Amino acid sequence: MTGIFKKLLSKFFKNIFKKKKKVKLGLYGPPNGGKTTLANKICKDWLGEEMGTVSNISHETREIQIKEEITIKSKGKELTFNLVDTPGIATKIDYEEFIKEGLKEKEAKTRAKEATKGVIDSIKWLDDMDVVIVVLDATKDPYTQVNITIIGNLEARDIPVLLVANKIDLKKADIKKVQSAFPQYEVIGISAKFGNNLDDFYEALFRVAG
Amino acid sequence: MLTLQFVPHRDIEHMDSVKRINKLLRLVKEDKIILLEGRLKSHEETELISKTMEEIDNKFKGIELSTINPENTDTKNIWQKIRKVLINLVMGDRSGFTIIGPASIIKEIKKDPNKIQLYTEEISKR
Repeated sequence: MTGIFKKLLSKFFKNIFKKKKKVKLGLYGPPNGGKTTLANKICKDWLGEEMGTVSNISHETREIQIKEEITIKSKGKELTFNLVDTPGIATKIDYEEFIKEGLKEKEAKTRAKEATKGVIDSIKWLDDMDVVIVVLDATKDPYTQVNITIIGNLEARDIPVLLVANKIDLKKADIKKVQSAFPQYEVIGISAKFGNNLDDFYEALFRVAG
Repeated sequence: MLTLQFVPHRDIEHMDSVKRINKLLRLVKEDKIILLEGRLKSHEETELISKTMEEIDNKFKGIELSTINPENTDTKNIWQKIRKVLINLVMGDRSGFTIIGPASIIKEIKKDPNKIQLYTEEISKR
């Protein structure tokens, strides 16, 4: 009897430990903010391999992508998580925009169809996240309803959020504007493409998820 | 011609989330720009986006959406905040406005905390 009790107790503590270790870290944001570029950078830094393809044409990521068991280390601390790269969330998708960006009509229509499904999946997955990095393009207007809706939903679900202002390598980037749009959050300016300020990013990630 | 339809909060307060979203989306698909009194709950906003994605086809391109809520920026007093939360719980969130319109008409909505600008598509292009 005592043996069974001990086993149950040990399983219980193991489960707690396991759950705590396997944090689901989601990358969310509007299309073309640089979520997959950041996911690739994180994977390259800590696993030595990339996660997904990136493109200048919007909605390149149209399916949820997961990379399991990424362990990052900083100042003697360790954090292990499953990284979830999500399709960009948008309120409109027009296949004609993809044609303007160089796709043929059939490809454009398929991409639009897949992109709409991707948005629905991203929203469905919100409930499963333990921590979310919201990746915004620092050269664009941060006061869009998509940004406000994503962050509002994370707030309502009590999910810890790290706000990343990406593309700081570009002249038009304005981190202060992102900060003033979301004053309740710490905003880290990075360039996922060139790896600028990634150390600060990883430290902030420990503060939010650690 | 652009049609702007005002939807008072009392018109949707008795509805559940699904009915609210269906009503708003139906109006948008009739090429109307909706000025909704108050705002949707955060889960309703994501549900509206999901439902919009389901409805997108070669004709319907989606929606533009924006909310403005000047009270949020001014309310610093904790008692005012609690009062607001309680009123919202009982009556629904009537503060501010929500604009929802078809993406085929509204090209872009620019917003700062206290101002919304709608940029519309040229009618001849549609």
